[in-house]
Amino acid sequence: AGPVESRTEAAMSELVPEPRQKPVVPMKPMGINASLLGYIGIDTIIEQMRKKTMKTGFDFNIMVVGQSGLGKSTLVNTLFKSQVSRKSSGWNREEKIPKTVEIKAIGHVIEEGGVKMKLTVIDTPGFGDQINNENCWEPIEKYINEQYEKFLKEEVNIARKKRIPDTRVHCCLYFISPTGHSLRPLDLEFMKHLSKVVNIIPVIAKADTMTLEEKTEFKQRVRKELEVNGIEFYPQKEFDEDLEDKTENDKIRQESMPFAVVGSDKEYQVNGKRVLGRKTPWGIIEVENLTHCEFALLRDFVIRTHLQDLKEVTHNIHYETYRAKRLNDNGGLPPMAVETEENHESNL
Amino acid sequence: CSIVFQGEGYRTVPLSGHVGFDSLPDQLVNKSVNHGFCFNILCVGETGLGKSTLMDTLFNTKFEGDPASHSQPGVQLKSSTYDLQESNVNLKLTIVSTVGFGDQINKEDSYKPIVEFIDAQFEAYLQEELKIKRVLHNYHDTRIHACLYFIAPTGHSLKSLDLVTMKKLDSKVNIIPIIAKSDAISKSELTKFKIKITSELVSNGVQIYQFPTDDESVAEINGTMNAHLPFAVIGSTEELKIGNKMMKARQYPWGTVQVENEAHCDFVKLREMLIRVNMEDLREQTHTRHYELYRRCKLEEMGFKDTDPDSKPFSLQETYEAKRNEFLGELQKKEEAMRQMFVQRVKEKEAELKEAEKELHEKFDRLKKLHQDEKKKLEDKKKSLDDEVNAFKQRKTAAELLQSQAQQAGGSQTLKRDKERKK
Repeated sequence: AGPVESRTEAAMSELVPEPRQKPVVPMKPMGINASLLGYIGIDTIIEQMRKKTMKTGFDFNIMVVGQSGLGKSTLVNTLFKSQVSRKSSGWNREEKIPKTVEIKAIGHVIEEGGVKMKLTVIDTPGFGDQINNENCWEPIEKYINEQYEKFLKEEVNIARKKRIPDTRVHCCLYFISPTGHSLRPLDLEFMKHLSKVVNIIPVIAKADTMTLEEKTEFKQRVRKELEVNGIEFYPQKEFDEDLEDKTENDKIRQESMPFAVVGSDKEYQVNGKRVLGRKTPWGIIEVENLTHCEFALLRDFVIRTHLQDLKEVTHNIHYETYRAKRLNDNGGLPPMAVETEENHESNL
Repeated sequence: CSIVFQGEGYRTVPLSGHVGFDSLPDQLVNKSVNHGFCFNILCVGETGLGKSTLMDTLFNTKFEGDPASHSQPGVQLKSSTYDLQESNVNLKLTIVSTVGFGDQINKEDSYKPIVEFIDAQFEAYLQEELKIKRVLHNYHDTRIHACLYFIAPTGHSLKSLDLVTMKKLDSKVNIIPIIAKSDAISKSELTKFKIKITSELVSNGVQIYQFPTDDESVAEINGTMNAHLPFAVIGSTEELKIGNKMMKARQYPWGTVQVENEAHCDFVKLREMLIRVNMEDLREQTHTRHYELYRRCKLEEMGFKDTDPDSKPFSLQETYEAKRNEFLGELQKKEEAMRQMFVQRVKEKEAELKEAEKELHEKFDRLKKLHQDEKKKLEDKKKSLDDEVNAFKQRKTAAELLQSQAQQAGGSQTLKRDKERKK
């Protein structure tokens, strides 16, 4: 019976007097379906938990990586319907492309429906823009690891903060140039290195330069190449929690991703409605129209359905991997430390 | 690379449309629901105060178990875990009860098993947290979230055992004091009793759990309920027909006490506070306050310090490893010492045995020599005796020969004389 039915059942059984049997003696550890025995109220924990989380608020840190000119900042602004990225926050629009990769993080607080979110957008200007781009992912990897390190340092304090500030990168949008051919060596190198430390979501930028057929073919080729190179982008197969997750994520992994997107912060009037779009001589590209581009899919995926999961995978998997490696390597702990630690009887 | 962060504080920016992150609380809650929840209650109270019955009444079910006897030699804790399901919520409920609390003649150490149990759960969690390869998000949390302290309905004041025990527990667990079997007290006595208890708790500095009043939606009800502590409860799983409804009640010749009637007892208040309003806060306080305190004390006890900011991740793990190596080193030393002692003993014993062996050999040699000497002496004697015998025989033979010779010679001598005469 679904939640609604058993709730009604429980409510009804309280109002309607009927000779009740003696409560069933359950055999431990079998589960007890409390709804049959009168309402206790343990399902109120959902509401209690929701209230508490709304009070504390949420953190979200999103990084954008890609060559300059691919529309990264515009896309992030479109995603969050707000001027949250570097380009809009008083930075010099005419600034030069930096000679090395820079990491620029900007934080804002946005609120919706009583939910407060501290959003940090991390931009990586200079990536892929040099003549020699060897190892240009290194500063990015370093930054990501530095955030894990910061969190670890707080975590091992004796006197810890109630809520450790979370600056770890939860999601990294990697912008693929819409060449229509295949992934470039830089794309592969970056994603190979970074997919092991952070959740990477590849997106095809400026997708309005491809026709539907070109788009489908390009996506297929990209997926194939990523697979051949052993690159696991988010949502990673190995972290699917149950069958439901797997089915849902399989569809996204094998059909929708990488999302081919178009970004815009300008509104136009189309069919009597105001829509976000890009105006061209041959028509207006509606950003949120699924027949035009997959922006809405990306937005729903990242924000409306998988945001919490992005954070949890970062915390439970990427961070734990970093921590284990760190504690293992440090202090000259022998490689056996991992096993002995697991078998370690309480000696403290 | 350069990391630039704009400004110290975060600016709030407006949204130009619906983004959709207002679904975040739902996303989070859904994940928790899929995971399931844990809730652990500890019931502390003397035997016979109705701990099991109250649990049965709270959760509308009969948990298994037989009533305890009064002849327990010491205080023990009995723990059982149940899987409860209501709507789409799966709750792993663990109920821990004291057995034999207050039954002993000497109750000085009665609180100890309880404190040890609570600490053991914190310790288990800390162990998991300190592991290198850990699975915290799948860890079955056994830490006690709420401690219901059952006060006997004497109507006078708290027993010294109660004060001592609660004082030992108040920094380790959320204590909710309740007056058990409160149908034994009249209403007027109850008010006086509650006031006495509250003042005794305050004057003894016992920190009981306060229902939180910082969230506007529950501040009022929690505030009111805080004033009703300790809750006077009655437990019953028996249902009686009252009016046209079946209700949980206890029947006396002079009337029927209804468990869920707020005019009769505070059971409904307890259920409301414990389960329907503050279950999540109880869990949070346990984790952020009591566990953190335990952790801090434990680590400081082990000699860890928050020294300079640069060495932190190392200091904890390193010192921990160093201590462990130290301990192992000591163990090794002890082992070595024992081995040495053993070798020593063996050597000594061996020397002893060798000595004994040597002595035996010497003895043997001596005896052998003695024996040989004796033998020689005897042989000598025998020889001299033989010689004597031979000598005697010779003399005898010689004498006999002489005699016979003499006889012959006498004859022949005569003959010879005769011959000479004839001439």
